[in-house]
Amino acid sequence: MGFFLEVLIGGLLGGVLYALVALGFVLIFKASGILNFAQGAMVFAAGLGFAAAMEKTSAHMPFALALATSLLLATGMMLLTAWAIERFVLRPLVNQNGLTLFMATIGVAFMVEGLAQQIFGNNIRRIDVGLPKTSMFILESQFDGGILVNALDLWTAVIAALLVVALSLFFQNTRTGRALRAVADDHTAAQSVGIPLNWIWFIVWSIAGGVALVAAIVWGSKIGVQFALTFVALKALPVLIVGGLTSIPGAIVAGLLVGMGEKFAEVYLGPSLGGGIEQWFAYVLALFVLLVRPQGLFGERIIERI
Amino acid sequence: MQKSILSVKNIEVVYDHVILVLKGVSIEVFEGGVVAILGANGAGKTTLLKSISNLLQAERGEVTKGEIRLRDRRVDGLTPNELVRLGCIQVMEGRRCFAHLTIEENLLSGAYTRRDGSTAVKGDLERVYEYFPRLRERRRSTAGYTSGGEQQMCAIGRALMSSPSMILLDEPSMGLAPQVVEEIFNIVRDLNIKEKVSFLVAEQNTNVALRYATYGYIIETGRIVMDGDAESLRNNEDVKEFYLGISEGAQKSFRDVKSYRRRKRWLS
Repeated sequence: MGFFLEVLIGGLLGGVLYALVALGFVLIFKASGILNFAQGAMVFAAGLGFAAAMEKTSAHMPFALALATSLLLATGMMLLTAWAIERFVLRPLVNQNGLTLFMATIGVAFMVEGLAQQIFGNNIRRIDVGLPKTSMFILESQFDGGILVNALDLWTAVIAALLVVALSLFFQNTRTGRALRAVADDHTAAQSVGIPLNWIWFIVWSIAGGVALVAAIVWGSKIGVQFALTFVALKALPVLIVGGLTSIPGAIVAGLLVGMGEKFAEVYLGPSLGGGIEQWFAYVLALFVLLVRPQGLFGERIIERI
Repeated sequence: MQKSILSVKNIEVVYDHVILVLKGVSIEVFEGGVVAILGANGAGKTTLLKSISNLLQAERGEVTKGEIRLRDRRVDGLTPNELVRLGCIQVMEGRRCFAHLTIEENLLSGAYTRRDGSTAVKGDLERVYEYFPRLRERRRSTAGYTSGGEQQMCAIGRALMSSPSMILLDEPSMGLAPQVVEEIFNIVRDLNIKEKVSFLVAEQNTNVALRYATYGYIIETGRIVMDGDAESLRNNEDVKEFYLGISEGAQKSFRDVKSYRRRKRWLS
């Protein structure tokens, strides 16, 4: 029982990381109908920028101040990225079909990766924001030997939960959030009631940039900022499909499901199938969901009046 | 002398740099007027409205000649957002409610450009509910699941939330039962009288439009071919035959008509 719980918790906490990246995809898809292939690159760039800023500032000032300054700088960088993408990619491509925009984001992905490495170099960087990294045993009284969890993973879960609550509140209860949902439903109609599309897109890409920064910080604390971060985005794709492309809670639940499923499959099916299941489990799950429920678990029902 | 609120002078609209859709169209809406633009499919009614509201940009269309003024201020070249702030808003063809938002959220999203505080917006929301009691009943429903008439009311109500002085109404009768069409046009007349909102209505349903409008323009293949006050248009023989489906005397059987049709007098 203790082992089972340990696998479960490990899987869930791993899933939170996927969910964080998937969240960025969902935000942009929700508001503009674009599957943003550059999300992985944005995570990578945000991580590089933040790590570089930390290195520069922590030499000159106390840790807390350096952390704040770096966060500010990295946020500024993501805002600038969002502005540039809106101005030079989305605006000229207004009213083009989804596939064109998707192709454009592939281009953006290469640009962002390339520029980030040009500016910050391509060394692997460490990120340390002072989150505790110790492993600890919990519930030792219930189970023999307790359950091993990593404090960093727990913090990640807390951060992700806060982020989701904040975003949900923003989307449901604010004027801008409502405008974002309106734009997601119907661009042209939103424009006709005076919602400025360019501004909305800038906001959405900025928020996605912010989420990318958070994802970069937690991933970076775990495995360091390296080019492999861009591939994390590939793991987010099955999460998106399982959760539904338009649902914020969907991204989280699906992230958890995928993380948990991976670990269970590896531990319990692995020995009989020869192992390595963790690598492809998510994609098979996504394929299955596509067959049974194409809009994903929490995707928006397609409203059709006949 | 009545004051003009919207005047379009001799505009030409080109889509995709090649397709000439409007050829020298001029119209005028006076303060407090309800003006109808009448014409068949593809005549250019929607394009005319979109060129005023500047939604053309998103469709790769542009106004290449002429000028559009809202109360003596040039408005061609503004963004739709700026135009809404100036008090001119379009209700698009096919209603176009935000399907996944509730009716109330739809209405509130219409107030996006407002900067006069939430109390004013709340007051306007109440007023919209007074004009459209049906919307109050359905305020919590997802707009996509409401009936066509309710969606049209929602779309008009949403436009009202921006506290406009000029509404461009595109085909409000589309796909609605005759009874609902009357209901909608009655509300339009109400709004026109009580809220002093001017309307420019594009319609295919000439009969209804001319009963509620004060003035009308007839547009064919991108040109205004005739205009006049609603009364005189209703009595015009050409309009009767081609748009209202009534010809002189008794109704003719199509067998007797054969290939003979009255020649449109405006095609010289």
